[in-house]
Amino acid sequence: MRHLLSTVDLGYEDALAILDTAEEMAAVNEREVKKLPSLRGRTVVNLFLEDSTRTRISFEAAAKRLSADVINFSAKGSSVSKGESLKDTVQTLAAIGADAIVMRHWSSGAAQQLAESGWVDAAVVNAGDGTHAHPTQALLDAFTLRRRLAGSRGVDSTGTDLTGMRVVIVGDILHSRVARSNVWLLHTLGADVVVAAPPTLLPVGVGSWPCRVTYSLDEALAERPDAVMMLRVQAERMGGAFFPSAGEYTRSWGLTAERFALLDSRGGQVLQQPVVMHPGPMNRGLEICDAAADSPHNTVLEQVANGVSIRMAVLHLVLNNDPEA
Amino acid sequence: MGADPTAPRSDRARAARTVLSGADIQRVLTRIAHEILESNRGAQDLILLGIPSRGVPLAQRLGEIVARIDPSFDAAASVGQLDVTLYRDDLRRSTSRTPAPTRVPDRGLDGAVVVLVDDVLFSGRTVRAALDAVADLGRPAAVRLATLVDRGHRELPIRADFVGKNLPTSTAERVHVVLSETDGTDVEDAVVITDAEKEA
Repeated sequence: MRHLLSTVDLGYEDALAILDTAEEMAAVNEREVKKLPSLRGRTVVNLFLEDSTRTRISFEAAAKRLSADVINFSAKGSSVSKGESLKDTVQTLAAIGADAIVMRHWSSGAAQQLAESGWVDAAVVNAGDGTHAHPTQALLDAFTLRRRLAGSRGVDSTGTDLTGMRVVIVGDILHSRVARSNVWLLHTLGADVVVAAPPTLLPVGVGSWPCRVTYSLDEALAERPDAVMMLRVQAERMGGAFFPSAGEYTRSWGLTAERFALLDSRGGQVLQQPVVMHPGPMNRGLEICDAAADSPHNTVLEQVANGVSIRMAVLHLVLNNDPEA
Repeated sequence: MGADPTAPRSDRARAARTVLSGADIQRVLTRIAHEILESNRGAQDLILLGIPSRGVPLAQRLGEIVARIDPSFDAAASVGQLDVTLYRDDLRRSTSRTPAPTRVPDRGLDGAVVVLVDDVLFSGRTVRAALDAVADLGRPAAVRLATLVDRGHRELPIRADFVGKNLPTSTAERVHVVLSETDGTDVEDAVVITDAEKEA
């Protein structure tokens, strides 16, 4: 694996290799000395041209635990705000000696352009590009689901996939790179994926995605899913009116206390206790109620912890990759 | 290092020379178990860590034999495995394989006498990686090395404390260790030398 750009072109074998490697990284994260020498002497640049806390911190922790040198770069306070082009910025970073560029960009397709342009030799890891893809988030979600599934079956999760699981992704599918990346990855790993959203928040062409689509959250919940992934209502991307009011959204599309109780009592296809996932940050009272946000079946913090393991695995695999082998 | 399980058996047999049979391996492991107990003066604080892949079943077999000789040794609580993939110095050049789990006995490594167990000792680079991995897991009182075969050609100042068989080889040859745990129950345990060029 040379770059990680999206989950659409990530095959089953590669996806499992990342998850299995992350499993060993998770073991390292649980021990006293949380450090591995596998990226010693390599430089990872976190190029974040869009605001982010958890993804940047997570990538930074991951790179440091593998002994890489980390350079953090954000648009604010840099030459980017003076109008420097992406090409000039990354070539500057390459001249400093970046071996990998972890990039968050507001524009869809930016990571792919960087990887294919030939501007730099560095490995490119997409940390979110516009509304297109956020592959490490999808991988950490899949990792979290796989661990829950294996845990409920009492088996070792290494080498297993998500066959038999039903996952509902709810909310702003239109603007969500997390949803896009998850639909393809979870499908690749054998899960049954359903997206539930108001028609105004579904993109054109959603019919060609490897998932089912419903306009009713209650219908989706009646199918007894194993996981409900609540997407954040992205106020910053909502230029127009996509739904009448916040109250209306919560009534139809929020995981309210009643819906959460129903989800819990019905049980899932393979998990007795369905889980509630959220990529964070949560809008409490809008898309998710307090009961669901604070429940032990909510995996938000587990997802954050798993994110470090997944990003360690991805950085290890893209940087310790022999192009000739 | 070690056997290539993907090679068809018939190909391996063509240029192959068996240097240790299944019974030989069993006798060698019994001797090493005695030597470990002798040098350690009993089974006190003894931990066996196998290096994947074939060091792991060898460590388990050694553990069972040690427990038979000295019943105070609890094999289930004293045998583990140590993956060194992420500590290798050739990560950038070789296609990295997915790391195997590391399992350390609950008591931890602090103050223990850790015996690393591997199948073939060759360049010594795997052992160097293992020493780094051990240092990140704790501070043992001592670290020893047991290997089924020492084939020479060391690239680092490393030697084994317990050797099953010293095997003078040429670098063109390959040493395969075949064990039923890792290579399928239909094969017999053996250590086989093949000519790498004929094999290719």
